[in-house]
Amino acid sequence: MADMTATSSGAAPQGLQTADGRPLKAALAASQARAKRRAFYLVAPLLAFILLTFVLPIGQLLTRSVSDPRFIENVDRSTGEVTPIMTGLRAWFKANAPGTEPDEAAYAALAQDLVLLAELRGQGDVGTRINYEAPGTRSLFTKTARKADDLEAPFKEAILDVDKDWADPVLWQAMRDASSRYTLNFYLAALDMTRDTDGNIVNVPEDRQVYLLLFKRTAILSVLITFTTLVLGFPVAYLLANLPLRYSNLLMILVLLPFWTSLLVRTTSWMVLLQSQGVINDLLVWAGIIGDDGRIQMIYNQMGTVIAMTHILLPFTVLPLYSVMRPIKPSYVRAARSLGATSWTAFRRVYLPQTVPGIGAGALLVFILAVGYYITPALVGGSSGQLISNLIAFHMQNSLNWSLAAALASLLLAGVLVLYWLYDRLVGIDNLKLG
Amino acid sequence: MALPTHADTLERVWHYTYLVICALIFLFLIAPIIIIIPLSFNSEPYFTFTEKMLSFDPTGYSMRWYDTLLTLGMSNPEAPRDTSWWADAWANATWIRAAKNSVIIGFFSTILATALGTLAALGLSRPEMPFRRTVMAVLISPMIVPIIITATGLFFFYSKTGLAGSYVGIIMAHATLGIPFVIITVTATLVGFDHSLSRAAASLGANPTTSFFKITMPLILPGVVSGALFAFVTSFDEVVVVLFVAAHDQQTIPRQMWAGIREQISPAILAVATILVIVSIGLLTAVELLRRRSEKMRGLSPG
Repeated sequence: MADMTATSSGAAPQGLQTADGRPLKAALAASQARAKRRAFYLVAPLLAFILLTFVLPIGQLLTRSVSDPRFIENVDRSTGEVTPIMTGLRAWFKANAPGTEPDEAAYAALAQDLVLLAELRGQGDVGTRINYEAPGTRSLFTKTARKADDLEAPFKEAILDVDKDWADPVLWQAMRDASSRYTLNFYLAALDMTRDTDGNIVNVPEDRQVYLLLFKRTAILSVLITFTTLVLGFPVAYLLANLPLRYSNLLMILVLLPFWTSLLVRTTSWMVLLQSQGVINDLLVWAGIIGDDGRIQMIYNQMGTVIAMTHILLPFTVLPLYSVMRPIKPSYVRAARSLGATSWTAFRRVYLPQTVPGIGAGALLVFILAVGYYITPALVGGSSGQLISNLIAFHMQNSLNWSLAAALASLLLAGVLVLYWLYDRLVGIDNLKLG
Repeated sequence: MALPTHADTLERVWHYTYLVICALIFLFLIAPIIIIIPLSFNSEPYFTFTEKMLSFDPTGYSMRWYDTLLTLGMSNPEAPRDTSWWADAWANATWIRAAKNSVIIGFFSTILATALGTLAALGLSRPEMPFRRTVMAVLISPMIVPIIITATGLFFFYSKTGLAGSYVGIIMAHATLGIPFVIITVTATLVGFDHSLSRAAASLGANPTTSFFKITMPLILPGVVSGALFAFVTSFDEVVVVLFVAAHDQQTIPRQMWAGIREQISPAILAVATILVIVSIGLLTAVELLRRRSEKMRGLSPG
């Protein structure tokens, strides 16, 4: 190409040209740009759709994880009207440095803010918000707001008369934290950390740590599940890869049918099988392996989660292993045997190394799917088999601490995205196969 | 897989042990799905085989749990079973209403996912697509990101935009979850697509639209249809997003099952599960037939 331009530029000063007299280089560039644009236009509608229904909601989640404005504004449940609240107290916080002893002005501002709060019936929301940072303070707000109209100067004494807990420096620190729109406190809480009265970050006492424990459990159980799916998936994939296609296609149905069956159906069947009055226990009692009073508790604990999730995720290991094993030529192993290797050595030194890409792809995919599992642990996990997803759902639906749920979800998301990036680097998402 | 003639005793023993191990793993895979089918015909409200069932006594079996699927929620289940009884069941029975919702949501989200996904897959499989890898990673991510995170994000987003509790919201969410499957299956079909066919069509005077519908579409159709089936199954089986963003009266089959399992599990759940297993057997068969057809068309048939 370069040679052609060089020689032709000697003959014609404008360089090589197309039939309609444009320089070839420019025409080529224009046509390539057009092809690029065409390809992009085909993808554009879906990209816009995914941005709207997926990326934007994830963005909302991230925003929520650093912000809970219930101390700053009150939203009317029926009209959706937003009213700024706690304005007096927030102004006082702004004017005074952290750690300042709350004076009469502070209490006066608080009393005034409580009057507005009682009018809006927003004391419950504010109390809940502060309760996250300083546990056990919700009732202070509801109780004092009810009497807000009767409070008279000097306000400090009047408020402390209602409840002396108002003097607690932890509470004032919590209100100061809550008066800024953005905060990292939910991430701290999600990592079992908190701020002491001086604003230093400290670990919460060991007996009150919840989240780190659950992150750890999620990781350990996911590794265990990945390992069991590999142990069970490898022999099956090997068998399928070495049978003639007409048989392996038939047996493959046994792997694909669970893959196509509803997750809830599979979880339900494990509940039926593993219950203490269920099929497996009945079978064991009938066979005389265990006594009728010695039925094994296999469900509503970690064992239930591991068994059911291994079953559900097994096809995700078998399929990549199979697609890696199928093209491996048997002649390599035969060559190793003919050179004197035992069958075990030939397998270990010659066959196994060739399956490593499949093992990696399957293991990584199963691990990624396992850390985010929700439905199965929720139904068969009992309390000891719950994973981090279940805690996120708990904070969304029961405790209604949405910002903490969002912070936990963001941490989980960060972990999953790192693994996803790794998967794309090592395996490539183009190689993801579904049967 | 056949045992070589020169194998020694140890190798023989290991070979048969290995086959037994494989059989057990296949049993582990398939038994949980098969076992619920006979149990759903149990005449007693138990989750195990009664003695009558084991001795194949006909009184041990009954259709009563399938009957509850029809009668639950009806205004007058005791009436004689004539046309008005069936009309009542069609309009009021809880499970039938859930099934109707599931089918409506599944149908529209499948259409949306398949149309957008196929178009995008066509673009993604062109070599000149800019940022191909990144775009692909973004489009596949709904499959990888834990469903609880997607559902939480959608909950915040929908409650701000007023899409919460609407069919449009659920359909859009389910389409998002189904799109990765469509993209994966359609791009896999397009890998084997011979682009000189479209060029031949163009040289014979077909415009891009004609060439797409006459040449490309018939060849990638099996991939598109299996992608659509995947998307439908994803929506039909999805419960977490529905729990987070749907209104109380928007029941779907999985949501109804979820409630049934959590509150009080009765063999009626097993009857639903059996029906769903039969549906998935049908879908799997369809996908397998499509795959073979596609391989045959592209000359990859194993014979």
